[in-house]
Parts: sequence; C-alpha cells; structure tokens
Amino acid sequence: MAKAAAAKSKPSVSAESPRTGDNSVTPEQLRQFYRDMLLIRRFEERAGQLYGMGLIGGFCHLYIGQEAVVVGMQSTIDSSKDAVLTSYRDHGHMLACGMDPRGVMAELTGRSGGYSRGKGGSMHMFSKERNFYGGHGIVGAQVPIGTGLAFARKYRGENSVSLTYFGDGSANQGQVYEAMNMAALWKLPVVYIIENNKYGMGTSVERASAVVDLYKHGQSFGIPGEQVDGMDVIAVKAAGERAVEHGRAGKGPYVLEMLTYRYRGHSMSDPGKYRSKEEVEKMRGERDPIERLKKRMTETKAIDEARLKALDAEVRRIVADAAEFATTSPEPDPKELWTDVLVESKPAQAA
Amino acid sequence: MPRRTMVEAIRDAMDVSMQRDDNVVVFGEDVGYFGGVFRCTQGLQRKFGSSRCFDAPISELGIVGTAVGMAAYGLRPCVEIQFADYMYPAYDQIVSEAARLRYRSAGQFTVPMVVRMPTGGGIFGGQTHSQSPEALFTHVSGLKTVVPSNPYDAKGLLIAAIEDNDPVIFLEPKRLYNGPFDGHHDKPVTPWARHALGEVPEGHYTVPLGKAVVRRPGTAVTVLAYGTMVYVSEAAAAETGIDAEIIDLRTLVPYDLDTIVASVRKTGRCVVVHEATLTSGFGAELSALVQETCFYHLEAPVMRVTGWDTPYPHAQEWDYFPGPDRVGRTLKAVMEA
Ligand SMILES: Cc1ncc(C[n+]2csc(CCOP(=O)(O)OP(=O)(O)O)c2C)c(N)n1
Ligand SMILES: [Mg+2]
Repeated sequence: MAKAAAAKSKPSVSAESPRTGDNSVTPEQLRQFYRDMLLIRRFEERAGQLYGMGLIGGFCHLYIGQEAVVVGMQSTIDSSKDAVLTSYRDHGHMLACGMDPRGVMAELTGRSGGYSRGKGGSMHMFSKERNFYGGHGIVGAQVPIGTGLAFARKYRGENSVSLTYFGDGSANQGQVYEAMNMAALWKLPVVYIIENNKYGMGTSVERASAVVDLYKHGQSFGIPGEQVDGMDVIAVKAAGERAVEHGRAGKGPYVLEMLTYRYRGHSMSDPGKYRSKEEVEKMRGERDPIERLKKRMTETKAIDEARLKALDAEVRRIVADAAEFATTSPEPDPKELWTDVLVESKPAQAA
Repeated sequence: MPRRTMVEAIRDAMDVSMQRDDNVVVFGEDVGYFGGVFRCTQGLQRKFGSSRCFDAPISELGIVGTAVGMAAYGLRPCVEIQFADYMYPAYDQIVSEAARLRYRSAGQFTVPMVVRMPTGGGIFGGQTHSQSPEALFTHVSGLKTVVPSNPYDAKGLLIAAIEDNDPVIFLEPKRLYNGPFDGHHDKPVTPWARHALGEVPEGHYTVPLGKAVVRRPGTAVTVLAYGTMVYVSEAAAAETGIDAEIIDLRTLVPYDLDTIVASVRKTGRCVVVHEATLTSGFGAELSALVQETCFYHLEAPVMRVTGWDTPYPHAQEWDYFPGPDRVGRTLKAVMEA
C-alpha cells in the first residue's frame, strides 16, 4: 500500500501542463459538460443578483470559476447510487447532482419551495433522492461524514463510492486527517476532492499550509494523490475516473487536488484585499473552464454557433424559471419553526 | 472623547494590551494579514509584526490547544474563533485543558488566555452562524465567561480579560458590532456614534470582570439581560411603559449576585432574557439563583424570555429571535401575576 502510494503520489497531471485532447470524450459529452457548467455559472450569477436585490439574506458563496471540477467529477459516478457532499459552497454541486434549480434557488431565498423548506439557507441543503448529503457550514465537518457514507456503502456490499469535497482551507482541519486515517485503515471507497482555489476566505494557501501540495496530504496514511488542472473539465474527468475506479475496486480512498479558482469574493461581502485584480483577471481571461471548452469544441467542430445559442437560451430559461419560482414560492409556514427537531415534532413554545 | 464601534473598541483593547505587555499575542483564522473576518484585528499585524499577530490555519482545536501551551509558559494569547459556532472542534481543549490545568496541577500552571468569539444571531446566518453557546461555558468550572453589550465595556472588559490570570471566554454579540440593536430589524441601524456608550477613552482602562451594571433604573420588575438583549429589553420597557430595572450582567461567570439580589428584593419581580435556547440555558441558572436568594421578596414567578428550543432557523430568524414584543408580553404577564 505504502509503495503504491509513493509511486502514485507524484502529480500525474500538473496544472502547468494540462493534458490536451482526450479521445475518450465524445462530442456529445463535451456539449453536455458545456451546458452543465454554463448552467452553474448563470445560476450563480442570478443568485448574486438576487442577493444584491435583498432577496437572499445572510451568506451566499458562489462557485463561479470552479464549475469544471464538479461537472467533470459528476461524469465519473453513477448518481443513482454514489454519494456527494461538500461545504457551504454547494450550489454547483447540487445542480451537478441533478437537483432541481428551482428548489435550490428557493432555499437561497428561504422559501417553502426550497430543498430544506427555508430551514437551511444557501449553505445547508440536501437531497436524499439525488444522493446529495449536504451543504455543510462547518469547515471540514463533511469529511468524516463522507467517510462514514463510504463505510456504509461498503458494509452493505454496494459497489458505490462517496465523493467528499472540501477546500484548501478546510484541508487544515484535524478531523480531515482522522477521517483519512480511518478511510485508509478500513479501505473505504471515498474520493477526497480538495478544491484548491488558492484561498480560504482571505488567507492564501501559503499562509495556512506548511505543505502547499495538497494532494500529498494523504501520503502519511498511504493514500494515493494526484494534482489535477481543475480548470479543465476533461482533465478532471480523466483523474476522477482513476480515483473512482480505485474505490470501486476495493482499494480504498484517493485524494484529488483540483487546482481551481473562485472569481467572486468568499461570500457576498468580501473586501477582496487579499489578492490583486490582475490575478483574478488573468485567471478569468486565460483559464476559464467554460471558455476553454467552448474554444476546444468550436475548433474540433463539436459544436456550431446555432447549437451554442440554443444551449445558451436553454440555460437562461432554466435560470429565469428558477429565479421566478424562488421569488414567488411562499414563505415557510410558521409551524415549520417547530418541525424536524426530533422525530416527534415539539409542541410550539410560542403563544 | 472619541466615538468607536464595538469592532474598533475591541481592536483598541488588543492594541493597548499588546503595547503594554510583550507576552500578549493575537492569532486566529484570517486574523493577521486579512485583519479578521469582522475586522477586529485590522492593522495589528502591521503595527506589532507577524510574530505577535498572525494567521492560523482553519484548525480551531489547534488554535485553542496551542494557546493553552503558550499560556502555561506565561504568554497571554488572545485568540479569535471566527464565529462561536466554530468553537465545537476546540471545545475539548477549552473544557479539558484550558479550564482544568490550574486545578490539575494544584496551581503550578495557569492558563491566562482569552478566546474571543462573535456570538448570536440577527444576520441570517442560519444554524451554523447564529448560535449563542454561553451556557456551554458557564457550565464548566475553571472558566470565566464575558458578554459585553457596548464599545465602552467591550474595551474595558477585554483588557481586563487579557490581564486576568484565568481563561476567559469573551463572547461578542455580532449584531452589536456596528450599533445597538433592539430587535426591530426593519428599522435602520443606529450607529454607535450616536450612543453614549460609543464613547471610548483612549489608552488603558478596565471594566472589572464579575460586575454587572444597572442600565435602566426602575421599580416595577428586574430584567436580567446581557449582550443584544439589553437593548431589546430597553425597547420592551419603553414600548410597554413598564418601569423595568434592566441589569446588564456583562460577566456571566463569575456573576454579580449582589447587584441582582439588591434589585430583585426591591422590585419583587424578575424576568430573565437571553437569545440562546431555553432548556438548560443560562437563564435557568439565574432563575434558580433568584429563587434561592429572593424567594420571600417575590410577588410573581421568575419568567424567562429566550430563543426557542430549536436549531437556529434560517428563513424564520425573526420568529426565533426574542424581540421586544415577546419580552414586553412577559413583562406584562409578570406585572399582572
Ligand atoms: C469550523 C469552522 N471554522 C471556520 C469557519 C469559517 N470559514 C468559512 S469558509 C472558510 C474558508 C474555507 O476555505 P476553503 O476550505 O479553502 O473553501 P473555499 O471557501 O475556498 O471554497 C472559513 C475560515 C467555518 N465555517 N467553520
Ligand atoms: Mg479555498
């Protein structure tokens, strides 16, 4: 095990030399990736607008810039059985899992049509039907839970995996390493996906991690790790397939460090003073996952102008519909304050 | 005298303490370079250097645990947990180590540290950014627990906490950072610049731990409150016209029993107000204390107005939050009893 880990622990795909072209991806798949990433982007843009209009309250962490990670990974699993869970930056993951954009947006606006009927808000949403286990506001908390979900799947003899996402900042929580040790010890089918977008809130990876190559963080438990260009959906898919296959084959956990970037602030009120505008513009201009894929598709004639337009229109329609739903869905019933605390609803304390 | 927000007052307290004592170090998540998520440490790293004010990884357990070690060797760490809701990973170090080292070592080692954390709701943070966990600390012997309600007290209490030789949990009601908040969330925020307690002296001064203060003298009923609920109670008294005597506890442990008892014996009635959930909340302790010490002076049962026994909701924040209406209704009920 340890030997295998050492052999695999050097990056098989580095961010500096992204893998180009991959014959295993069909034009149809490419178009699907494009659509799914665009849906997330447009959804998040609209969420940002609704926040600005005061229709979303509290926290709202946008996923803009990171779309390739979740879309590429989702293509490697069977969403009817594999588990997905992540942090509070969760809108993209939910859309990728096939959750209804209406229900996601309505949870952001805190309405009864939201996935948690307004109880959770942007950071706390779930869908049993789509195997999405949250939306977690406590940094790192989802990591042992994702590990337990993998345990339960293995225990039941199911050949399914758990995709457990967390950020570069979260990679410093103690519970992440307790979980990794258990996953390696018990050979659990969990893929730890570290979305390294270079910052945890206002603190860069260099200021927070002694070893900045986060794919190495599983090494002391013998967990293989890879660093992946997370701005390239095809590279993500390729690495994801290796990791998921590893889990399905009963070989235990795997770490994927996705080099990615968030264009927007940490949450909606972020002074942004910890990084330069140029850095953001450079990433956006040169590495944007959606533009890159679009270029690749146009060059290889996987898509033409008319189809691009049609996809664009489809996505806009879905997002407009979600926003309409989220702003017209009724406020939660006052009784909801008392439900779902324990199996038996509590008697209302309010007079 | 300069007017300051609570954020500025807290920053000032750390600044003054760092100037006076090299042993004071300040660290936590985003605390150094970024200046803190609520800006409480802005400028401290530039002024005192990164060996005295620095960033920690997102590792609450590690932050508090290393602070315990630093304190045991004579430093005076003042650490920030970004939201009180994030302290649970650190709870073991707070309870088993910080609170207990003095006792376990028969006084050879002490833990003069402060753990600052923003507390309470009112910002649509949902269940992971709105909790009021003070009772989880007041229940632990070996800790002091402080909850300031205004800039003047915040600065004086924080300096006192840093200079204290025991571990102090310093809970900052985040809804008060920029102005007093009386629960009327639909009204614009009053800034501290327009409130008398926004006047904060320059330099060093302390507000002693363990001393409550009467915010509004009255004769009809004693209200025991702290943090945001001081303003909610003031609004309730004004709106009901009930002549309540409002006590701002400021420090929960050690509590100021003398001030409480003197007031309740005078008014004969007592209402306890807090934002945290009801069951096993700090209000239960206060209510028991009043019953034990003032029983023969009481003309009505001691009543509590608190958050409900539910997780902190997202959309229904204002149904959960004990606002002036709820406090006012209980004040009336106690007067009629
Ligand atoms: C236990 C805990 N500590 C601190 C926080 C506050 N916090 C929320 S997000 C965040 C940064 C996390 O960064 P990262 O893991 O890189 O994720 P990203 O936001 O970049 O997606 C911090 C410090 C929290 N929510 N929970
Ligand atoms: Mg990050």
